[in-house]
Amino acid sequence: MPGKTLYDKLWADHVVYTEDDGSALIYIDRHLLHEVTSPQAFEGLRLAGRKPWRTDRNLAVADHNVPTTDRHQGIADPISRLQVETLDSNCAEFGITEFAMDDTRQGIVHVIGPEQGATLPGMTVVCGDSHTSTHGAFGALAFGIGTSEVEHVLATQCLVQKKAKNFLVKVNGQVGAGVTAKDIVLAIIGVIGTAGGNGYTIEFAGEAIRALSMEGRMTLCNMAIEAGARAGLVAVDDATIDYCRDRPYAPKGGDWFMAERLWRGLHSDADAVFDKVVELEASAILPQVTWGTSPELVVAVNGHIPDPALETDAVKQQSMVRALDYMGLVAGQAITDIAVDKVFIGSCTNSRIEDLRAAAAVAKGKAKAASVKLAMVVPGSGLVKRQAEAEGLDQVFLAAGFEWREPGCSMCLAMNADRLEEGERCASTSNRNFEGRQGYGGRTHLVSPAMAAAAAIAGHFVDVRQLSGV
Amino acid sequence: MQAFTLLDGLVAPLDRANVDTDAIIPKQFLKSIRRAGFGPYLFDEWRYLDHGEPEMDCTHRPLNADFVLNKPQYQGAQILLARENFGCGSSREHAPWALEDFGFRAIIAPSFADIFYNNCFKNGLLPIALPVATVAALFQEAADGYRLLIDLDAQQITTPSGQSIAFEIDGNRKYRLLNGLDDIGLSLQHAEAIAAYETARAQRAPWLF
Repeated sequence: MPGKTLYDKLWADHVVYTEDDGSALIYIDRHLLHEVTSPQAFEGLRLAGRKPWRTDRNLAVADHNVPTTDRHQGIADPISRLQVETLDSNCAEFGITEFAMDDTRQGIVHVIGPEQGATLPGMTVVCGDSHTSTHGAFGALAFGIGTSEVEHVLATQCLVQKKAKNFLVKVNGQVGAGVTAKDIVLAIIGVIGTAGGNGYTIEFAGEAIRALSMEGRMTLCNMAIEAGARAGLVAVDDATIDYCRDRPYAPKGGDWFMAERLWRGLHSDADAVFDKVVELEASAILPQVTWGTSPELVVAVNGHIPDPALETDAVKQQSMVRALDYMGLVAGQAITDIAVDKVFIGSCTNSRIEDLRAAAAVAKGKAKAASVKLAMVVPGSGLVKRQAEAEGLDQVFLAAGFEWREPGCSMCLAMNADRLEEGERCASTSNRNFEGRQGYGGRTHLVSPAMAAAAAIAGHFVDVRQLSGV
Repeated sequence: MQAFTLLDGLVAPLDRANVDTDAIIPKQFLKSIRRAGFGPYLFDEWRYLDHGEPEMDCTHRPLNADFVLNKPQYQGAQILLARENFGCGSSREHAPWALEDFGFRAIIAPSFADIFYNNCFKNGLLPIALPVATVAALFQEAADGYRLLIDLDAQQITTPSGQSIAFEIDGNRKYRLLNGLDDIGLSLQHAEAIAAYETARAQRAPWLF
């Protein structure tokens, strides 16, 4: 019998009951909630007279609608405010722990889970948010769910799921200087496409992945969903264990030693069989910039906008033409000739301390280009913000003419007041460049934090490897 | 949940790949704490020429005449035809809520994003994945006023010319959709198994209990 993949092991450990057609009731160890996808779930519980199965496995935070400017003013938009207040009242009514907007621990749900040790290796982690794949960086089976499933988890602590197939993405060798986890994952999506992972759980492996910090692995797994995979995974190693130790929700004392022993086994067996395997050479990956309205429309910074006329697939060709029209770009244009209006450094993809350090290293001693209307830095949580301020990163950004904001999802999806105006072009460290994502008619280019900071300084995309301080 | 058995519906062809959930229902409408009322904002940025905001009355907004759902021959459509990777992007169940509220009961495409696909079944919406060539042929046919008969129990689509197209669906999902069953109620029938799992798991991982 062949060995088991990490995904096989995590799945088997959580099966409560298996149906005849192979679908299974699987147990959920951690349920994270936010204000956008939970109100209808709580309402469903109320209407059916149901109670949460276990309150202690839930952790809630408001992140999508929260303002990133002065919090003392509250939320100006009454509809946003009602949604956040509804989360507050639902958590109070059902006895669920919530980090309120004025709590230092508040932040983006996918930043605070790991930060608090609420996400741990070997867990199943779900949240009504597709970027829940982030938590797979810890060797946890983590995926996004819809609101009906949020209600289902609240009521039963379980979900009905069908096992996905196993996909191994191996990145061999080492990346060059200035190339980050964001560039690796964008390059992977460029190769396998946004539907490449549909029906699969992707395990990321290989020397270049092993060399990533936990922050880098979170960036990588965060965008597994952009490759179509509900869940991404990285095997547990010393970096995972070291990150989790002493976190507020991590096991302590004897439990810690028991947990560590168990977690050390969370890797695919040497003879495990995957349904699909893709290998990339890390040394061939350069800093990436997306040019279209899907994350798979991506090229290296030294590249040019591709020509749709050379695309043989008619459906793809049509998508490319449409994307160029929306983005206001033409085939053949050099990426470094594209000027940006705004720069956004933040989101569940890239708002952790390592991301802010990388951006600050580029911005240090320089100034934002006059042509750039706004360069904003939005830390992923209150604790990330505090750490960055202790390291003086806020002062580096402010001195360079960047804005230093309060934590939240912010302009990744522009549900709060932070957004692009029609036609504005943005270098963004977020995860989606869809039409209208960052604001009606806004144009998004996805890049790493260092590349975003470099664009803010230069006023257009530049190869961060050619700048000093990197 | 509304049960799905037989559907004789008009087909609207949305000739795009990678239709994402931000396109299906833009984020500003996600601020609602209700489950109903998303239909008027379905495909908001493509359907209207102005910028939509939550709670807006859509009856007098300027329509984009080129957009498929605004064309007279597709009024009342209940089946949406699209290209690869429909529903990619976020987990927002507001996307199937908007499609269902608008009047759609089935979506046919070569492939669907996993979370969206899963969310459809919770809302009486049937997503049908068919081979690329079959979908391409349906696009040819659907130029105007084309209807399809979808029989979920038989897992079969019948075209006006009498051609039959079979489709795949998991047994469990089919059963729940055919009967309009509440997932939570069904899962709670296994309450003892859940409790037994917890007892066993607490031995292996006491820090979780």
